[in-house]
Parts: sequence; structure tokens; C-alpha cells
Amino acid sequence: MSEAGTLRAEGLAGRAAAVAAGRDQGAPAGAGRAEVLLGVSDLTVRFGGVLAVNKVSFDVRHGEVFTLIGPNGAGKTTVFNIISRIYAPTAGSISFEGHALTRAAPHRIASLGIARTFQNIELFEHATVLHNLLIGRHTHRRTGLWSDLFFTAGARRAEIEAREQVEKVIEFLDLQHHRDALVAGLPYGVRKVVELGRALCTKPKLLLLDEPSSGLNVEETEDMAFWIQDIRNDLGITVLMVEHDMTLVSTVSDRVLAMNQGEVLAAGTPGEVQNHPGVIEAYLGSVDDVSTLRRGG
Amino acid sequence: MRFIFKTDYGQDIDLARHGGHVFWYGALLALLLAAPWLFADYWLAQLTFVLIYSIVGLGLMLLAGFTGLFSIGHAAFLGVGAYAEAVFVNMGLPFPVALVLAGALAAAVGVVVGLPALRVKGIYLGIATLSFGFIVEEVLARWESVTRGNTGMHVGAPDLFGFKLDTGASFYFLCLAITIAATLAILNLLRSPTGRAFVAIRDSEISAQSMGIHLARYKTLSFALSAALAGVGGALYAHKLSFISPDQFGILQSIDLLLMVVIGGLGSVHGAFLGAIFLISMPQVIALSKDWLPAAVGQAPGLQAMVYGTVLIAFVLFEPLGLYGRWLKVRTWLQLFPFYRRGMFRRQKSFQKSERVR
Amino acid sequence: MQFLQLLISGVAQGCIYGLIALGFVLIYKGTETVSFAQGELMMLGAFGGLAAMTFLGFPFWAAVISALAAMAAFGVLLERIVVRPILGQPAFSIVMLTIGIGYVTRGLITMLPGIGTETHTLPVPYKDQIWHVGALVLNVEQMAVIGATATLCLLLFAVFRYSKIGIAMQAASQNQLAAYYMGIPVKQLNGLVWGLAAGVAAVAGLLLAPITFVHANMGFIGLKAFPAAVVGGFGSLPGAIVGGLVIGIVESLSGFYLPQGFKDTAAYIVVLLMLMVKPNGLFGERTAKKV
Repeated sequence: MSEAGTLRAEGLAGRAAAVAAGRDQGAPAGAGRAEVLLGVSDLTVRFGGVLAVNKVSFDVRHGEVFTLIGPNGAGKTTVFNIISRIYAPTAGSISFEGHALTRAAPHRIASLGIARTFQNIELFEHATVLHNLLIGRHTHRRTGLWSDLFFTAGARRAEIEAREQVEKVIEFLDLQHHRDALVAGLPYGVRKVVELGRALCTKPKLLLLDEPSSGLNVEETEDMAFWIQDIRNDLGITVLMVEHDMTLVSTVSDRVLAMNQGEVLAAGTPGEVQNHPGVIEAYLGSVDDVSTLRRGG
Repeated sequence: MRFIFKTDYGQDIDLARHGGHVFWYGALLALLLAAPWLFADYWLAQLTFVLIYSIVGLGLMLLAGFTGLFSIGHAAFLGVGAYAEAVFVNMGLPFPVALVLAGALAAAVGVVVGLPALRVKGIYLGIATLSFGFIVEEVLARWESVTRGNTGMHVGAPDLFGFKLDTGASFYFLCLAITIAATLAILNLLRSPTGRAFVAIRDSEISAQSMGIHLARYKTLSFALSAALAGVGGALYAHKLSFISPDQFGILQSIDLLLMVVIGGLGSVHGAFLGAIFLISMPQVIALSKDWLPAAVGQAPGLQAMVYGTVLIAFVLFEPLGLYGRWLKVRTWLQLFPFYRRGMFRRQKSFQKSERVR
Repeated sequence: MQFLQLLISGVAQGCIYGLIALGFVLIYKGTETVSFAQGELMMLGAFGGLAAMTFLGFPFWAAVISALAAMAAFGVLLERIVVRPILGQPAFSIVMLTIGIGYVTRGLITMLPGIGTETHTLPVPYKDQIWHVGALVLNVEQMAVIGATATLCLLLFAVFRYSKIGIAMQAASQNQLAAYYMGIPVKQLNGLVWGLAAGVAAVAGLLLAPITFVHANMGFIGLKAFPAAVVGGFGSLPGAIVGGLVIGIVESLSGFYLPQGFKDTAAYIVVLLMLMVKPNGLFGERTAKKV
């Protein structure tokens, strides 16, 4: 899959078609491969006395968009942080492509094919957007220290190739006019996109998106929805995301897992989960009050 | 105003972005090559010191400016390089071999000093490097069998394949060659994945890690490279002074080096050079202005410390981007004239937020 | 017996380090900036006491009070003029600024005609007095150091734990913007913190002066106080004192029992060991960035 993540021109045209047709769910590109890409099994995380995650299990299949939802403090970002090996779990295991992930060093995660974005943007503030995206290519570097020091012809070729790959992501995300801008001066919405772009530059197999639409206005959220669909359909990347915006969740997700207080509440398609009484209660209160709040559909 | 029309990616990778770069740096190179014939011996010696300090400054700029690891005891590497060179040359090793060995030894010490960097950050790292600085200074003073302790050590002139470089001009050319090589090496690093990894570590360690950058390896590398450059600079320093003693490599020298990179402009290669020029020329300027000042002020021993301190405070308060930052503003003003807007370089006002979160 | 003597002189020296480290930690706790100027402020305090006692002819306690007050005022002024404009800049810039302040202070004192370049003795009433307790010979100067440090610590502990000002200082250091919103006068508080730190430095200077004499290079002792603050844990006030005591005792003992050269580097070796074993110091908190 690694080199299949190249952008085809149809990607852009496909997005335009989606815009014209209104918001639709596209067919997952990898629908034929229903194997498990990421398996989380009985994950338990304790911070001191606080049980942040309690025996959470779920599977993410190839080529799908899997969303974790739940109120704040449910443990969703903690699960992400465990997958990216920022924390170690107290118990349970995670497997990626069949191999156990729980002992991998944090910097190995990217080369395994997992990329993530952060809830509070963690970009390299004093560098340009281009620079940030180029750093995303780090796991694909083919030069060593000495060829860098002397900047051999091989180093030059590698640089140009990295630039070409990064330009594809820039084109995909429409970041052309921000290419040489310092990240520190960019508006919030653009920075979220740059963070997404940087994750895409690592050519991941699995993309972890932590609240991709938080802080974005309606248009930016729509753009994000299109991009997530394109990432799944055209780039063939599996997406695991945490999200609060329910419309985005139901538009984009193939399957949803609802968490509350560190435990799994419900799992299934967006429709199933959103109508699950336990989920409704966690978000809105007891079932009896909901019917008066529910609008037409 | 200059418009750069880009037609291929190579233009962004090249060191010289446009014709103007080539012209001005070419002129600078020509001036530097002609220096022995243009300047008197004394000024040539000062220029040699500027080059030597620039090499060290490049190293410290790499470490502090580009990787964000602050080394308050950097003079230790300078000292290790100087003494290693002295010992090897006095043992009879040919100069190129001694130089490489001095740099390598300093790099090894750099790796050791960098070990705390893998576990601690910020002020703790600064204190750790400060501590190493003191320990190395003490070792140099106590290890009398090798370093002759506090009485100091004489260093012979460099012997390049039978060619003795004992004139001011010949040594100057040697320093110039090494400086150019070091500068090109650093510039190459910065436009390649290694340099980008350093900058990533400076700006956000967590996301650098999530991009696949092995923090420990790159931090150690940064320390090693920085120390190697300081060691090479120290070796040349030893030859230039021809007499070294441990007190030349203490806390005051370390702070001088930091002063150099901060005043030069943290985070830029030019800053190392501008800072070195400042460091070498300041005492000259003070000495020259002593005649104009009243005797009580001019002859006072504390004048240099006071001037250094005041300049440092002034730069941190009014020009945090250093001399290079000021030059960028001037150049932008000239380029955009009369469209330069005040506040083009203004940083956004930020409120201090604690990094200490439990 | 020798051991006990060494221990006591180590404790006394450690108290000095602890007091200077206390100044660092105060500023760090209050504004999360590191100040390398504490050593020089201490030197300034000693000279201030000297000026009050010899120049102005004040009696001992009046001189002490006036020197303290003058230094506290100087600290507030320093914060107002030099430190306030740069809050929000990266920590390294602030460190360099304080190094600059130290240089300027040292340079100015050295430039004072006649006074700056000489070593002076501070005429304290307990000078050169000795107490005999059993077989121990106790230097009253050292006892004064220990006593004063203990008193000061209790006072500061009470202020930070129980008073509104102390809690407000901690709030301002953790999140300035939120502190502003809560109506905390952050700027005045920062000034207060610096004034307090300068006052503590002045106390250290006045206590140290009888032992090492008053001279312009006194401030370099401040460099040893950094290891003290790190050993204790940079955010902890009791840690600063404990760290200072540890460094002082280790130094005193290694000066006697270990070969030459270890006395000067003992402090630094201890801090490196501490950073390897317990990077956050004895009382420091384990902090991590939340993503």
C-alpha cells in the first residue's frame, strides 16, 4: 500500500463531483480488504488512582473511517496517546498489521505507518509550512549524516524527490499560497490543515486524527469532511479519529465506537450508535427527556 | 525590490538564492582572500580570531539556536580541543591528524555532556552543562601530568606536511579554509533531513517523535557536532595564542560564547559570524573610547563587564533577533522602500503559560 | 569531632547556597523564569550593608533593615524596568538578560573608585566570636547564618502556604492570562516576587560577608547555588534549602576527605548524579506536557 498512496488527478475531480452532488458517503476504496489493520484488546490505562481507560477493545479494518466519540474525559485521546506510544498502557495490548505495538519505541511508530494529528496543534512554529511538511518525510529519508554534511548529488536528488512528494500533499490540501509562510503567523484553520498535511506526508497506512474539526467554522468543517473522504477513497489510508461534531461523524464514518468514563458504551454504524440509549443518556441525559428535544430526523 | 521567479525545486535548495547573493558573497570572499595584503598584522590577527570564534559560534548556534539545547558550559569543548591539540602537536603528530583527533575527542566529550539532555530539558540541561563545564575546567587544571595544570602549556606552530604555518598570513588562510568548510557543512545540514530534524526537536519534541525522529540520536548528534566544531576552534585557538591555561576555558568564556550567539542572532548562521565580530571588536572599541571618557570611567576595571552586560540587556530587550535580525529589518526597509511598514517583524504578544503540567 | 566540625561548617555554607537558591526558586515559582543575577544581587546586598554600616554609620540592626529595604526596592525596580518588557519571550532570552544584569552590577561596583576593587570587612557585632559547646568550637558567624536561614524559611513557608499573596503568586506563574482574568494584579505580583528574591539575596550577602569579606567577585558563589536548587527540585522552596545543605555538607566533607580539586567540583558532581537518578530533584514534581 505504501506507494499506492500517490495522488491521482481523479482525486480532485472526484471531490468536485462530490461537491456538486451534495454531501454523500463515497464507497470505501479498500472495501474488498476487510482485515483488521489495528486491533485494540482489553486496553487498560491507569494514571495514579484514575482509571482513564478500562478494558477497551475494538478493531479498525483496512480502508475504513473509524470514529471514537464520547463526552470529554471519556479517554479517547488517551487511547490515541497509547497507540502513538506517548504513554504505556497498564494492561491490554495493541496490534498493528498483526504485530504487537505495545513495546515499540515512540519514534518507530511513524516508520511502522501510523501518523497522527494533535488536539492542540503541535506544529513547528518557527518554520515555514513547507518545512513542516518536509519534516513529515523524515521516515522516508535515504541519506545519512555524511551525505547530508557534504550535500552530495544523492542528497540533492533525495531533497528534490521529497519536495515533489510534499507538493502532492500541498496540492491535495490547497496549501499553495501558504507554502512559504511561517506557521506562527497562520490562522487556526490553516494550521489544522497543515498538521493534517504533515501527517499525510509520512505516507501512513493508518491516520489518527484527534478532533479534526474542533475550532473550525462550518466551511472549514465541510472541507475537512471532503478531505477525510478523499483520504479514504483516493489515498487508501485508514482513518481512526476522535470527533465531537456529530454531523461530521455520520457523514464520514464507516463505524463508530462510543466511550464514556473510559469504557466502551456502544459500537457499530453511526446510525446504530447514535440511537443507542446508553449513548443518548451519556450525552443528553435520560431517555425520557430526549423525545422532546429530538428534531425531525 | 527583487522578485524571485522560481522555476524549479532546485532553486529552493540552492545556497545562493539569486544573483545578488552570489555577487555579494563573492565580493566578501575576494576581500577575505586579499586580507593579508590589505590589513596590518594586528588587524589580520583580530580577523583570525573572528574566524576562530565563528567556527565555535557555528557549533553553539547549531546546538542552541537550531536544536534548542542550551549549553552554558560550552567553553569546556573549546578547552578539550585546545589541550588535545597541544598535547598531540607536542607529541609530534602531524597537524591535520592532530586537528582531526582534537575534534573527535571534543565530540566524544560532547556525547558525554549530552547524556543528561536525553533525560532533562530546559534549565536543568543548562545546569547540567554548566556543571560539566566546571568539572572539565577543574580536570584540565588538576591533570598536571598531561596538561601542566595551572602553569599553562606552550603550543608549537601547525606543521602542514612540512610546511610550517608560523606566519600570520599563512595561519590566517588555514583558519579561513576551515571556516568556509565548517560554514558549508552547517548550511548543508540545515537544508537536509538532519538539519530539519534538529529544528523539529527545538520546536516540538513530541511531534518530532511522532514524525519518526529518534530524539536521543539526534540530540546526541547535535552535541557531538557542536562539540567537534568547538574542539576544532579550540585547536586553532591554541595555535594562535601559542600558550594556553585552564582559566581561559572557564565560565566567563562560556558566557562570552553565549553572548556571541545571542547578540549575533539566535537561530541564524549569519548570527555566529556577526556575534564573533562583536565579541572580538568590543574590547577594541572600549579601548579606543577610553580616551574620550573621563578617567574614572575609562580606566575602571569593571568597564568591560558593564558594557557587555548593558549591550546584552539592550539586545534582549529591544532586538531579540540579534544583530542579524536588525540587519534583516534594515535590508527589508531598503528593499521595500518606501513601502516598509512598522511592525512587519513584530512578534505576537504572548502571555506566559506554564510548561509545568502535572 | 573533626567530622562534626566539618558538618557544621558545611551546614553553614549550605545555608548560604540555600538562601541564594531560595531566591532562584522564588522567582521561578512566581514567574517561571530563571534568574542568573541572584549571586550579584547578593554581592550588592553585602555592599549595601557595608555602605550603611561604615559610610552612613548606622547601628547594626538599622543597617540590616535599611540594606534589606533598599535591595527589595532595587529588585522591584529591576523587575519593572528590565524584566517586565520581556515576559513571554523564550526562557533562554530571560536567562541571558539576567546574566547581563549580573555583569552590569558587577561592572558598576568594580567601577566605584577605591571601593570596588578592594576587599572590605563588614563590622558586625558578632564578628570573630566563638562559642564553646563541649569540645566543639562554634563560629558565631556560622551560627548566625544557620539561625537566620531557619527563621526566613519558616516565614516564607507561612507566606506561601497560608496567605493570599502566596497563592496568587503561584497562580500567576502557572497561567498568566487566567490570573489576569481572576483579577490578580500579575504585574505588581511579579515586582513583589523580584523584590522578595532580592531581599533574600541581601540577607545571604549580609550573612556571608563576615565569613568571606565583601568584594566584587562575591557573586560567583551564586553559581554553586544552581546545583543546590536543582538538587532540591526547582519548584520547591524547602527543596532549595535542603539542596543547599546537601551541597554545602558534601563540599565541606570532600574538601577534607577527598584529594584536591574535588572540593570545588563536588557541587557539580552531586548535581550530575542527581540528574541521572532523580531528574526532578528531591522535592521536584514530575511534570510532562499534555497533548
